[in-house]
Amino acid sequence: MGLSLLSFIYLVGSVTFILGLKMLSHPDTARKGNLVAAAGMTLAIIGTIFLYEENGERLHNHLWIFGGLLIGSITGWIAAKKVKMTAMPEMVSLFNGMGGACAALISINEYGHLVGRDAAQGTLLTILLGLIIGSVSFAGSIIAWGKLNGRIKDFAFKGQQIGNIILLLLTLAAAAYLLFNLNNDNYWLFYIIFVAALVYGVMFVLPIGGADMPVVISLLNSFTGVAAACGGFLYNNQVMLTGGILVGAAGTLLTMLMCKAMNRSLTNVLIGSFGGSSAAAAGTKGEQGSYKEISLSDAAVCMSYANKVMIVPGYGLAVAQAQHVCHELEKLLEEKGVEVKYAIHPVAGRMPGHMNVLLAEADVSYDKLLEMEQANDEFKTSDVVLVLGANDVVNPAAKSDPASPIYGMPILEVEQAKTVIVNKRSMKPGYAGIENALFFQPKTSMLFGDAKAALQKLVAEIKNA
Amino acid sequence: MESFFDWVHDNHAIIYIVILSIFLGIEVIGRVPSVLHTPLMSGANAIHGVVIIGAIIVMGRVDPDNYIALIIGFLAVILGTLNVVGGFMVTDRMLEMFKKKK
Repeated sequence: MGLSLLSFIYLVGSVTFILGLKMLSHPDTARKGNLVAAAGMTLAIIGTIFLYEENGERLHNHLWIFGGLLIGSITGWIAAKKVKMTAMPEMVSLFNGMGGACAALISINEYGHLVGRDAAQGTLLTILLGLIIGSVSFAGSIIAWGKLNGRIKDFAFKGQQIGNIILLLLTLAAAAYLLFNLNNDNYWLFYIIFVAALVYGVMFVLPIGGADMPVVISLLNSFTGVAAACGGFLYNNQVMLTGGILVGAAGTLLTMLMCKAMNRSLTNVLIGSFGGSSAAAAGTKGEQGSYKEISLSDAAVCMSYANKVMIVPGYGLAVAQAQHVCHELEKLLEEKGVEVKYAIHPVAGRMPGHMNVLLAEADVSYDKLLEMEQANDEFKTSDVVLVLGANDVVNPAAKSDPASPIYGMPILEVEQAKTVIVNKRSMKPGYAGIENALFFQPKTSMLFGDAKAALQKLVAEIKNA
Repeated sequence: MESFFDWVHDNHAIIYIVILSIFLGIEVIGRVPSVLHTPLMSGANAIHGVVIIGAIIVMGRVDPDNYIALIIGFLAVILGTLNVVGGFMVTDRMLEMFKKKK
């Protein structure tokens, strides 16, 4: 009875994962989809603890299991509740790393049971794959997490790509050797492979620029899915298998969709990191001319007497946590009869959808957010475009300069509006490390300062005007 | 060669699951709008937390005197739970922001 019930529970669990993913990809059902998958997961976990049996023996060590579940739940709950909206991307990366580490630890433990016994090659293969993929995912995710919160800087040296490939090949060769020749004299090779996979994970993510981290996290996410599926093979466990493979496949597709939103290929993200090409692009600058600054009162007048104002938010808005005061500005302008809309670039910020999440937090109404194509149609009829801490997504070089590293990326064509006001902290280039010709155009004026402080002063000015 | 066919025969159910799941995974999120990329990634991240089930099985089979294995298994359970609980909660918090106003 117990085992048949468990099989049924696993079936239900697998179906909730499929339904959950399906619902997560539609705005109306997304939140429910997440809950559906969570319910399925809870059921599968409880079922496993009480119903799983092997050769007629139930699981023991319940105290340890519940202890671990309790500690993990409380820590995870607190971390997820406390994290700021701006820090969501790195949180996801961190949780992903935990999953990868879990898969690697399972492999290590199972390997411990294996040594000295006659093991089936299939079993050893899944253990090795789970170890390698899980470790790469863990180490890579931790580096991605550190890069997003600024603790780890980009680091690349000559020949790194080749070094990485050699390291990966050596790791795989060692795994293949162990697979066919495991005996009491070489069992330690397993732990070398473990360390090598960790090192590879670090080296794999280190040279990739911070702006590309979302793509990398999504890729590592699908890695962890495959590592989980290895566990499914190991225990002949259907729910782990379907869950893992689903995420592996969906995650890979999602990674490609993200690349497509930036008009770049995955290889371009992974190998052609921005660091190398920015040196070449640096040669073309120098003849940019001068930019002009705008005073707060001029900016306030300019905006309050406009018919239509478009706001282009970017990472600067997220860092400054300026979404609430931004919404205040929007309401104020609307009271004065100005039409206000937001133009959202799909990769503005550090993650696709980053801006939508932020603005929604500040109660900005959903229908004020325009996607790129709609926005590009509306710039022509806009009097003022206010760019808040966005840079690369409004850089005309993406359209006009084939030598530019971001050439070909679809951008928001803000220069079509009558006036452009750019709020930035300084003239420093954005994440891609390249100059932006937009700032030097006659119709553009700069409003320097932290987005939140600048907007607060702007709101005060408009109120007085 | 024969051993390969034998292997396929012995594991045909699992192989079917894997192949169908790959197509299903691609199909099911095929038309996601870019706004939902981040929450979807986060949700998928929580779902691969199923690896926790493996950790529970490992833990439940460990000989209570084998302390190294106990500690490794215990760590695995904690990390897996973090992935599941944290993953679903972060996703929920993100999606909470998307609910339509008015």
